Formats: sequence, C-alpha cells, structure tokens
Amino acid sequence: MQPRIVEVREGVLKKNDLRARQLREQFREQRVFVVSLVSSPGAGKTALLERTLREMKTVGAVGALVGDLATDCDARRLGQAGVPVRQITTGTVCHLEAQMVADALEGWDLAALDVLFIENVGNLVCPSSYDLGEDLRIVLLSVTEGEDKPLKYPTIFNSADLAVITKVDLAEAVGFRRAEAHRNIREVRPGLEILETSARTGEGMDAWLSRLKELSSLRKGVLAAHPLEPPLASRE
Amino acid sequence: MHELSIAVALVEMACEKAAELGDVHVEALHLRLGPLAGVVREALVFSFDLATEGTPIAGARLQIEDVPLVVLCPRCSEERRLPSVQHMRCPVCDEPTPKVVRGRELELAALEVRENAAPHR
Repeated sequence: MQPRIVEVREGVLKKNDLRARQLREQFREQRVFVVSLVSSPGAGKTALLERTLREMKTVGAVGALVGDLATDCDARRLGQAGVPVRQITTGTVCHLEAQMVADALEGWDLAALDVLFIENVGNLVCPSSYDLGEDLRIVLLSVTEGEDKPLKYPTIFNSADLAVITKVDLAEAVGFRRAEAHRNIREVRPGLEILETSARTGEGMDAWLSRLKELSSLRKGVLAAHPLEPPLASRE
Repeated sequence: MHELSIAVALVEMACEKAAELGDVHVEALHLRLGPLAGVVREALVFSFDLATEGTPIAGARLQIEDVPLVVLCPRCSEERRLPSVQHMRCPVCDEPTPKVVRGRELELAALEVRENAAPHR
C-alpha cells in the first residue's frame, strides 16, 4: 500500500505559544508590564537590571524573575535592590520557556506590580524561539563583545523590540566602533531602537528608564483598545 | 543547543497526530523550516533520531522543506526573497525592511503514513 500524506500544519512550539498567550492574558488582566532581557552570558543583564530595579522602585512597584542554569547568584544580587525577586534554575536547559515562567510565578501577586522583568539565561541563540508572554523583549550587546555580534546572531536581534548597548564606559578602552555596531544591528533588524547604557557610571540610565516608562504607558493605551495584541515585535 | 527539546516537541506532536489517525505507521515527518526560526538544521536532524527512539514513530524520516526568507519592501511594496538574514533590505531598491512575510516557520506540515495491514486470521 502506498503511503499517504496527512496534512498537519501546526507550529512545533505550539504548546509554548499557547502557554505564552495565556501568560500574556494574565499579565494584561493584572496590569503588569513585562519586559524580558536576552543577551550572551556576561553582557550585563544582571548589572543593568540591578540598577534599573533600584531606580525604578522609587517610582513604582517592580519585580524580577531570573533564569540561570545552575545558581541563584543573580537572584541574590537582585534581591539586594529590595524588590521581590524569584529564581528559575533551568538545570541543563539553555533558555526559558513559557511554562517555566508560569510555574515560577505561582502564588505571586502580580497585580501589585507595575513592571516585571524576566532575565533569560545568558544565550543568544535558543531564547529567540520561545515566546514568554512578555510585552517587550530587550536584547543586550556589550561593547566588549564586538560590533559584528548582530550579524552572527541575527535571529535574536530580529526577534527583539529594543537593543541596549551596555558597558559603554568601557567603549573607548576596548576600541568599540559605535557606528558599525549600530549599522549591524539595523542591518539584521531595520529600524530597531538602540539605547546605550553603563550600569556602572549611570550613563544613559535616564534615557533607558524614561523609555521604559513611555513604552509601558503606551502599552496600557494599546491594551485598552486591543486587549489581545501580540507583542510589539510581531505586530508589524 | 535547544534543538533536542524542539525535536522532542516535534516527536510528541507527531505521535499525538498519528494516534488520532488510528492504526498507522509513520514513515516520515514533513517539517517546514524558516531561516529565522532560530533552529540549526543539522542539530535538529541529529536530535531527531534520538528523540524518536522508543516512541511509536521510531524509524520515521525527517524531511525538511526550507522556507525562504521573504520580506515586504516598504518602497516598492513587493514581497522579496532575501538570500541572507544578515541583510534585511530589498534586493531591488536596497531599502531596509523589518517586515518579515515568511521565514519564521517551524511547522509540522504533514505526516507521511502507511496503514498497517489488517492481521491475517
């Protein structure tokens, strides 16, 4: 008997996408703006987040969920900012998935928060495929990593809503070619907004914080009109 | 490397679909894969055999159809096929564009199945 073809046409990550969609609905019901951070290991996600949490907590309620392969070092660091923080230890898994986020959020009163940050596992490849229900995905690139990184990891830059170039206090010392980095980011993701920060000196922090604030209130406006809008990146 | 978990998700999905079809033998999975799916083809192929081991679809082939990257150019308003994800610009007008029409696919398109013959009595 000849084999027959049975059409399926379903996304392989459908389960994750559905779970992410439920999370997105939950975040919207509870009126919390959710921002995820992705980057390679050591690009400064935790440092940026530490400073961001410290500065934002004076004007609103913030919290963070931190993914890591093996340790809770980052959660302890962030906890010192005096805001609620939870750790997801993924074991050997190189990225966060929507279900891990859902499990870690169990019992957390999100409605008490204005902004929730999700720090992904340091990895520029795998997190790009997994929707976490976030409103905004931020990709970080540190000046020490080299200007060509966006060309090497185009998919993650393509899936981001905003890029932050970190550690700009070191730019001169490492001979960072700023224009080239910007060009490469926009070559793989035309029009992507780029901010520059130094969590150490505070350079660029004001612009970053006010942009976050703007985007979160913009989100609230869009929300009122279209409660089930997909995240910003996939909206075009 | 997350291709193993993607392969596992793919195999689970195929097993569920196959079970719905009754007594069939799955010969192949047809997967559509875009260059922006974030999946390395070779790693997925490698992981697939491991993921099928001990499942009802063990031994099935993985047939991958590469979906081209297609963007919409804001200047000429045409859908254009791009040769590379590194340069997201219209190959005709050179206009940059973030508007991806196709290329993010990671989709189980179809199953190739054979009915198991009725047992002889």
